[in-house]
Amino acid sequence: MSKAAELAALIGSGQAQGNKNFVINGDMQCWQRATAATAASNTYSTVDRWALSESTDGAYTSERSTDTPTGTGYSLKLQVTTADTSIAAAQYSYILHEIEAQNLQSLQYGTSSAKTLTLSFWVKSNKTGTYTIVIVKRDSTAYFIPVEYTISSANTWEKKEITITPTAGSTSLITASAGAIANDNGHGIQLGFGLAWGSNYHGTSNTWSASTHYGTSNQVNWMDSTSNNFYLSQVQLEIGDVATPFEHRSFGDELLRCQRYYYQASGANIAYATLYSDSHKMYSIFHPVKMRAIPTATVTGDTGTEYNSYESHYQAYISATSNQSKNLDTLFFDAEL
Amino acid sequence: MIITSAQYTRDPNDTENVGISFVLEGETYQIVLGAVGNRHYNEIMRQVAAGELTIADAD
Repeated sequence: MSKAAELAALIGSGQAQGNKNFVINGDMQCWQRATAATAASNTYSTVDRWALSESTDGAYTSERSTDTPTGTGYSLKLQVTTADTSIAAAQYSYILHEIEAQNLQSLQYGTSSAKTLTLSFWVKSNKTGTYTIVIVKRDSTAYFIPVEYTISSANTWEKKEITITPTAGSTSLITASAGAIANDNGHGIQLGFGLAWGSNYHGTSNTWSASTHYGTSNQVNWMDSTSNNFYLSQVQLEIGDVATPFEHRSFGDELLRCQRYYYQASGANIAYATLYSDSHKMYSIFHPVKMRAIPTATVTGDTGTEYNSYESHYQAYISATSNQSKNLDTLFFDAEL
Repeated sequence: MIITSAQYTRDPNDTENVGISFVLEGETYQIVLGAVGNRHYNEIMRQVAAGELTIADAD
């Protein structure tokens, strides 16, 4: 095939175009919550859009690192701080990224035209061996596919490429109607990177299942030593059966994408309340971008009572006379999946 | 998600409930009623339906 024909085929396949990466903050640019080492606690605590899940008898931290593959400013670094050398059946540790359902409509899951996905990423760890990623099609009926990969050389950045077909393992779960992802703002796909999986979650590599198969029995127990670290960057999930070069976005572009799910702002008197009635004033704060859902609000300062907030803005009233000044100092809005 | 308490909040004229103030892992948050899709609101509604959480009346 000529180069021109290859290019035409790529364009026709929907691959190699802008906005090809379903992952937001795949190169770990945005860290609104914290950049220093923070204990994983089954929620979002440091890097934007990546949740750190931990349910073993051990513990690990996440932090921003400048140890990166070429062409990236930051990576996500994980470090075991309390070891667990024996993972019980129901225990696990993994990091996960939730993708909004309406952003995945081009996958055509739930039809015979369902698309193949390719995941690429750079990874580095002192602990070599078999690891797993997992794709969970969460919407409606949940389907799981763990896929093994190998970290071959200790303390060396390695690029991994994994292709996930909708019929992997000779299954038809994703191409049947229950494989569909609704066109809404709810859960679409969860992408996970396994660190340790108890036997309750073991399945067959590269096979779709309706059972909670997040990993396989070959997954290393990364939690087994406080010497263990894990670095991750340039995560890309795209349509097609080959990994294309990582899609670099500007910091501002990536930050706005992240702020659809979470944002915070701080500074003395960052927001003033304006006159609402003889006895009350009202805060009205417009979010940088329309958020995925009406966010949960946490504010400090002269806090009021939230009232008539929507995805686009926050409102809260506070008792005040007309000549009283009321203001807020910090704002946290959370609409994560 | 460990929600230890929840209480309705009222509009400025104290005529109707407009939101929920709740304590999640020691921190106080607010969410307006009807915030379907918000993971905290969904969890509060799930726990209420399961009889695991009661939303107290507004002060």
